[in-house]
Amino acid sequence: MASIKEQFEIPGKLKTWAFALIGIGGVALLYGMFTQGFSTDEHEQVHFWGTLMYNTIFWTLVTNAAMFFLCFSTMAQAAWMQSFRRIAEAISTLVPVFGAITFAVLIYVVLGGKHHIYHWLDTEAVAKDPILKGKAGFLNPTFFIIWTTLAITLWSYFGYRMRQISREADENPMDAATAKSFNIRSMTRSGFFLVWFGLTVASTIPWLWLMSIDAHWYSTMYSWYTFASSFVAGMALIALWVIYAKNKGYLELTNAEHLHDIAKFMFAFSIFWTYLWFSQYMLIWYANIPEETVYFKHRVQGAYKPIFFLNLVVNFLAPLIILMKRSAKRNFTLVAFMAVLILFGHWIDFYQMVMGSLMKDHVTLGWLDFGILGFFVGVLILMVARSLASKPLIAKNHPFLKESIIHQV
Amino acid sequence: MAQKKFVVGCFDDEKVLFPAVKQVRTAGYKIKDVYTPFPVHGLDHALGMRETSLHTAGFIYGITGTTTAISCISWIFTKDWPLNIGGKPHFALPAWIPIIFELTVLFAAVGMVMTFMWLCQMAPGVKKHHFHKRATDDLFVMVIECTEKTNAEDLKALLAANGAVETDIQIAEDGWWFGTYDNENENLYKQVTN
Repeated sequence: MASIKEQFEIPGKLKTWAFALIGIGGVALLYGMFTQGFSTDEHEQVHFWGTLMYNTIFWTLVTNAAMFFLCFSTMAQAAWMQSFRRIAEAISTLVPVFGAITFAVLIYVVLGGKHHIYHWLDTEAVAKDPILKGKAGFLNPTFFIIWTTLAITLWSYFGYRMRQISREADENPMDAATAKSFNIRSMTRSGFFLVWFGLTVASTIPWLWLMSIDAHWYSTMYSWYTFASSFVAGMALIALWVIYAKNKGYLELTNAEHLHDIAKFMFAFSIFWTYLWFSQYMLIWYANIPEETVYFKHRVQGAYKPIFFLNLVVNFLAPLIILMKRSAKRNFTLVAFMAVLILFGHWIDFYQMVMGSLMKDHVTLGWLDFGILGFFVGVLILMVARSLASKPLIAKNHPFLKESIIHQV
Repeated sequence: MAQKKFVVGCFDDEKVLFPAVKQVRTAGYKIKDVYTPFPVHGLDHALGMRETSLHTAGFIYGITGTTTAISCISWIFTKDWPLNIGGKPHFALPAWIPIIFELTVLFAAVGMVMTFMWLCQMAPGVKKHHFHKRATDDLFVMVIECTEKTNAEDLKALLAANGAVETDIQIAEDGWWFGTYDNENENLYKQVTN
């Protein structure tokens, strides 16, 4: 393995792009914050903080999905992803960063009593409302803050522990006994993350952060739907970085076989997302109970109709048709295109999940949304590249690495 | 149904098998098949077999299922026997999606199994000649069909030189037959090694 490039060097162009995006996005973010976020008009406040909320929550969950991918692969003792695991690790280093932004925004919204975003913050309304009173044990500022703090801290901490143990595979060759204990310790550490992930992303966190915007409404599909959305976007993000690094001449051990499996995840979880989307939609459509259809009323028949159906075309029909063929999943250009499309599609999905409830009457998609998106993408590019450059690209003594090299689909 | 002459080489290791496959193909022989006790990764590429078309067939069966379901349900519920079900429109697409999905899967699955059986000539009662009994246990059995130009002894020597632990020449039934193996030794299968 003498010819393997182990050290990632950040290309100058990537840095320029990242700083340009952060600059433009940062200006849009700050301008929006001071003109709308701190304005006295409730409507403008909701517009700004809602836009910031869905962006930061989306990127936190998407980067966290990279760590989830690593952890469930480790738990299943999967070997195929070892040749590019440092890419997923680098993406997951963003969880504390985006998590901190999410935390700041949510704390501001909750402590600032922004009851136009979270209706359950309005204590007078809750006192008169039997439904909200019934939910008050869960939907209250104290629990929200404690659980949010715990969630973000433990994702970051368990993720950090997983990245640390991966570094052990850099140092010395392992004998059989060391490799065995390394494997068991990796699985134990991934177990902690997975359990906590199940208690947060796959259940409580989407209820608290997103579903409680429609405080009266609930859906048992919602958390899984959010999880599927963020996971498929996370796989798309991993695919994009793998393809980028490969294009720059790194990751010699990763080839079309690995790309095929990543694209399979993108394909399969696009369909899984649609399954949840449809299950949620059909049951509510069929029962036709006003307190449930309230969520879909303005999305299917109101201003959000184009976005609602665009969501389905971009996130279901496009991956279904384009990624179905084996040759498509092995084509770097096509997978890169689909990864961008899926990331955009699920960003739009989060947009309609949050803004569709906050701004029921008109679609607000505009400079603020794309500006804040640009800011987050800029931060993501810069930090992932830095993290990639800070450690070897290949965990070269990992006991499963050989299996990954000879991986064949 | 025809009897043909085959040269059979048996290998006890995949590491020996792969170079042997390559050597035999380079020497210009056409390998009929290699019978292995378990699926061997990459052997299909080594044998130069083309990618299977089974998934294309599966796609066509799936689409057929989708079309059947949509046309059938929409005709029944809008033209043939419109019913008022819970005040829903007659053309109630969301309610049909599960059935459309089920029929797509059913057509694709059953169709692909049938096609697979057809392509591999498998069915209850269908028998084929076994070139070596240990192909189901621990031997990799390479079979080459002889033409008029083939010198069977040369080929045997080539196989042995490339690591075959056992070689022989068999005259055996090429296709399949329906029935039992009872008469195979007497009528269909003459071992010509001596």
